[in-house]
Amino acid sequence: MRVALFATCVNDALYPSTAIATVKVLERLGVEVDFPAAQTCCGQPQYNTGYRRATEPLVLRTARAFEGYDHVVTPSGSCVAMVRDNYPRIGAKAVAEGRGRELAGAAASLVPHVYELTEFLVDVLGVTDVGACFPHTVTYHPSCHGLRMLGLGDRPRRLLEAVRGLELVELPGAEECCGFGGTFAVKNADVSEAMGEDKIRNAMSTGADVLCGADNSCLMHIGGMLRRQDAPQRALHLAEILASTEEEPLR
Amino acid sequence: MSGTYLGMPAFPRAARDAVRDTTLRGNLRHATHTIRDKRARAVAELDDWAALREAGKRIKDHTLRHLDRYLVRVEEAVTAAGGTVHWAADAEEANRIVADLVKATGESEVVKVKSMATQETGLNEALEAEGIRAYETDLAELIVQLGKDRPSHILVPAIHRNRGEIRDIFRSEMGEWGRPAPEGLTDTPAELAEAARLHLREKFLRAKVGISGANFMVAETGTLVVVESEGNGRMCLTLPETLISVVGIEKVIPTWRDLEVFLQLLPRSSTAERMNPYTSMWTGTTDGDGPRAFHLVLLDNGRTDTLADEVGRQALRCIRCSACLNVCPVYERAGGHAYGSVYPGPIGAILSPQLRGTGSEIDASLPYASSLCGACYEVCPVAIDIPEVLVHLREKVADQGGAGHRLERAAMRTATWLLDHPAALNAAERLASSTRKLHPKRLPGPGARQWTNSRDLPDLPAEPFRDWWKKNHA
Amino acid sequence: MTSPSSSRDRVLGRVRAALAEAPEPSEVTRDYLVSHTPDDPAAVVDLLHENLADYRAGVHRSTRDGLPALIGKLLAAHDAATVVVPPGLPGAWLADSDARQRLDDVPLTPHELDSADAVVTGCALAVAETGTVVLDAGPGQGRRALTLIPDLHICVVDVPGQVVASLPRALPRLDPARPTTWISGPSATSDIELDRVEGVHGPRTLEVVLVVD
Repeated sequence: MRVALFATCVNDALYPSTAIATVKVLERLGVEVDFPAAQTCCGQPQYNTGYRRATEPLVLRTARAFEGYDHVVTPSGSCVAMVRDNYPRIGAKAVAEGRGRELAGAAASLVPHVYELTEFLVDVLGVTDVGACFPHTVTYHPSCHGLRMLGLGDRPRRLLEAVRGLELVELPGAEECCGFGGTFAVKNADVSEAMGEDKIRNAMSTGADVLCGADNSCLMHIGGMLRRQDAPQRALHLAEILASTEEEPLR
Repeated sequence: MSGTYLGMPAFPRAARDAVRDTTLRGNLRHATHTIRDKRARAVAELDDWAALREAGKRIKDHTLRHLDRYLVRVEEAVTAAGGTVHWAADAEEANRIVADLVKATGESEVVKVKSMATQETGLNEALEAEGIRAYETDLAELIVQLGKDRPSHILVPAIHRNRGEIRDIFRSEMGEWGRPAPEGLTDTPAELAEAARLHLREKFLRAKVGISGANFMVAETGTLVVVESEGNGRMCLTLPETLISVVGIEKVIPTWRDLEVFLQLLPRSSTAERMNPYTSMWTGTTDGDGPRAFHLVLLDNGRTDTLADEVGRQALRCIRCSACLNVCPVYERAGGHAYGSVYPGPIGAILSPQLRGTGSEIDASLPYASSLCGACYEVCPVAIDIPEVLVHLREKVADQGGAGHRLERAAMRTATWLLDHPAALNAAERLASSTRKLHPKRLPGPGARQWTNSRDLPDLPAEPFRDWWKKNHA
Repeated sequence: MTSPSSSRDRVLGRVRAALAEAPEPSEVTRDYLVSHTPDDPAAVVDLLHENLADYRAGVHRSTRDGLPALIGKLLAAHDAATVVVPPGLPGAWLADSDARQRLDDVPLTPHELDSADAVVTGCALAVAETGTVVLDAGPGQGRRALTLIPDLHICVVDVPGQVVASLPRALPRLDPARPTTWISGPSATSDIELDRVEGVHGPRTLEVVLVVD
């Protein structure tokens, strides 16, 4: 099987290790990975801040970049939610404004093919044991987009439970938002910080070595707070845990 | 809306103070977590919740689509049953209609059932200006009124107060309004409720005019429905000679049968009960039972503006259950007052800027008072996609420009240009990576400063992913 | 200043203008259940009993013949010296009670009702799934104020004739033209720290008697 990796702008610029880990996991499972270089950003920050028109060129770019691929895989639930929920809306609004069907067509061509990493592994490949090894205690924070918009359910947990040596501990208040929320983090910094404080207090109460998530934008916020407080816990993307093996353990 | 909220600061500033108030944070956390867990259990009892929710949503959408027809029908039915129907285009007109009706009775005091619509119009203040005293009779509204406070929650307006604060308010203020608090009043909820019972009982027994809102109006029959817990509603709806109900035009439902949907959705979503203790239904006037005169005031006050917006109109489905407040992480930390409206929380963030427009500082800030986590949409019994409406309203606010938005628009355009030119993007990524040793922990400037106040920035990688890919997979 | 009729026209005009371009929404669906309870009369009554008790109503079962004695016992247990009697209440119901009866044939004033200790009524129907009794001011129930002001309300339900399982089964049996009061337990509030307290402005105590014929 051949898939296109949708790395996302945040992973490309700030967390290449997550994108690299995604490639490794997929290749280990016998999947051929392409990285169409025309891809950049899905436009979520612009759209969610109220700049729909500024998002449109990125909708077209993203759809074109992945044209012809049956499976477009990304280690970012919020970018999948952007494509799935908002690309059709952007297209429909453009039609309603009498600006043609190009955007709606772009949305329709991409939406059915986009998969969040855990969806692709569990639903398409039918795999929960990806041959990973990670001898640490881990607590999992399900990001809001994955939890509520995509309905990822127990897919991430099943993948983690199959990792050798990994002890999964329950995160209290797991389903509560960590407070990142894109531009919310700077527009409402005080509330965002208060939400983040509560999240890391819950995370640290588990005593886990690692707080794992599947969305690096949330982990940038949570991990940034953990580091500012010199906490003994690190934030880590699920893909990097799944990429870790006995032969090549994660540093 | 009420003058009380004019000139409120923007949400982020009001929220900043609330976040630092540890008593308030504790009160809100305790209350919202208690009720959200109870709600989840009450909803889980019904296997057909999703079907009820879908029915509720569709009934509301259908009603809103044909609102003119249903309003005319409710007017006909109420009139035929002995009631009088008045139309109020805005808050001022609603208040004037009510004040004139009260004055015509010769009375100078009224008892009130908890009503969001009359909070919204600032009716109590308007009556006060006409020499009419309005007594709030819902326990929480009483706490708010005696404390010269503002409500902070749709269902439990005094959610920001704990039992000790309530005891202190009762002790110091009750005597000013009527029967004083009993000697030696403690802070147990049972004793506080008893004090309210004694204080209000004399007012109920002598009341000649009652004022209420309504949860539902049935177009087919002209029946009004008030859902409550304490019995103060029944007192105000039953004992006075004159009853005046101020009801938003979106509260109409087509048929008597539709109540079978909403009376299942509302109690479980709001108080997390199978059924609230008391529901009153009345149709016009009844000989020998209850008020001799009934007036219905149909209120627009920005609802038709909301109705005109194809995305935003779904906010009018709201049945004021407050489930969205109780699960909202932002409401839980900022509290209700920060929203600068009688409608706080997620529903307030989409309702206030539509009812009042986005002209004021507070209303322009409300669509951003959310991390878009989606918990509100998940629990809404009429499936209002609050995140969708929030983003839609952000677009409106951004389009009108104003404070900070011009700069933001320029930044967004620049970002889009960069992201639409991968070669330039790659160059920018490389520049950032190569200078990464020079980046300070805390950054100045808008946005960056807020970020680095409480969080470290991620370490920039040695190279962006696209360069790694070129080296390893080309 | 506008005249009343023009406000009506203004609001309706605004509604119509707002809807000018609005598409017709999806058709109303009613895929929900008519009842969540098995169609077994005994099970429905048990559920009613359980749900009434869960919301702090006293629940008692009685035969038709045993009713007067039970009502007498309940009134005495609550030290009720005066009891309000709605017009049309079967005389036999209070035959075993010593409480002074205040008949509401000439309407009692609110203060007179306030000085009474209890009221005894029948009902229009009861809903098992929600633990609710519904009054519609019919014979033996009286006007709404009677069941509101006294501290104790004793409500008699005919089993199985007046018991329905669910809300969808209840509404068709009621007349919208009559004022109805739906009562699920004694009055209550959760306004203080969301801590539920029974007995606020309405009756402090609700005693429901399920009478099996």
